[in-house]
Amino acid sequence: MFDWKFAVNILPKILASLKITIVATFAGFFLALVLGLVLSILSKSRIKPVSRLTNGVVLFIRNTPLLVQLYFIFYVFPEYGLTLEPLSAGILGLGIHYSTYLSEVYRSGIENVPHGQWEAAKALNFTRMETWTKIILPQAIPPILPVLGNYLITMFKETPLLSAITLVEILQTAKIIGAGSFKYLEGFTIVGIIFFILSYPSSRLIKSLDVRLNKKF
Amino acid sequence: MSTFELLISLLKGGLKVTIIVTLFSTILAFILGFTAGLARLSKYKILRIISGMYVEVFRGTSLLVQLFWLYFALPLLGIKFSAIFTAILAIGLNFGAYCSEIVRSAVNSIPQGQTEACIALNMTSFQSMRRVIIPQAFATMLPNLGNQLIELLKSTSLVSMITLADLTYHANILNSSTFETTKIYSLLLIIYFVISLPLTYGIKMLERRLSVWRV
Repeated sequence: MFDWKFAVNILPKILASLKITIVATFAGFFLALVLGLVLSILSKSRIKPVSRLTNGVVLFIRNTPLLVQLYFIFYVFPEYGLTLEPLSAGILGLGIHYSTYLSEVYRSGIENVPHGQWEAAKALNFTRMETWTKIILPQAIPPILPVLGNYLITMFKETPLLSAITLVEILQTAKIIGAGSFKYLEGFTIVGIIFFILSYPSSRLIKSLDVRLNKKF
Repeated sequence: MSTFELLISLLKGGLKVTIIVTLFSTILAFILGFTAGLARLSKYKILRIISGMYVEVFRGTSLLVQLFWLYFALPLLGIKFSAIFTAILAIGLNFGAYCSEIVRSAVNSIPQGQTEACIALNMTSFQSMRRVIIPQAFATMLPNLGNQLIELLKSTSLVSMITLADLTYHANILNSSTFETTKIYSLLLIIYFVISLPLTYGIKMLERRLSVWRV
């Protein structure tokens, strides 16, 4: 049965490793934001081989499991001289995997900018770079903010996968405690509750943000 | 070992389990998705509360946590399932929660007038759901359900972490015995890609067909 005293005892240990989970989430998300934007712009490139190649890479990454990609980064990269510690490998894996999802989100934002905006920029003699940074992106990003926020929460819930490449985040901490004491129930329950109390209110917040933004645009 | 031998050994060892887990958890997820999605729209408050709780709990916690909880923690409460049953149950419950949201929003997107027309025609609420609302909502939800199917296939790789011998598990085993790391994990990525690519294109085709019908 659930041992409350034991649960209270191990809570500080699990909360201490929550820091790693949070760091991995935000660093991975930041990487995904940047890479995703790059991918979505490259896939709109006028040079055909570039856009084809980008779409192919996105398709491949989206259709293979994050867990296997993590193994690939963690075990295969060192064979070619790039040895990463678990945290950086995890951040890289999360970032790359979700950048392919975010690139689709950016794309939908960019496609929602009316075509006349491109023409107007051309008429005003803007360079392609200026058109992107001054005209298109400032209009494309705000409406997709809620979707980006939802992906942040999704990524947060994917961080337990990093335990597979020996990163000691909250789930791995609970597992180690369980293996040492044969008491798995308390640790895993606490981890589940932590995920819930962090992700549920955030998703609620994003929903209300979504409603407000949709009113504005 | 040559690349071909590695490929055969991976497929022989793990493909069956991956496909079984994908198939059965998809069935479970769709059943749960429809049940919970429609229950959330029920006129009975108790059904709405129960299905709402199910959806929020399984969407709010992570799949791997649920998998570990069912596999390691539940036996301590006296309930023990086999690894493969646990895997199907966890993935089915998790994706069922996501599918129920798809079902719910698709049913909600059907214009109110359709329900009113059914009432005018003296249909029972069951009849109007089965004959009028669901067939229309199905077209809206199919592409989204298809995407969930691909996500589900990818997430079956997690079952290797509860010692179930799927493709990923066999790759890890082969890796520790042959040290052909690059070949093994590249092959593994390609295998998953080859399984899910036809699904992706199938869904795109279905989407095109359905949108032709709708316009």
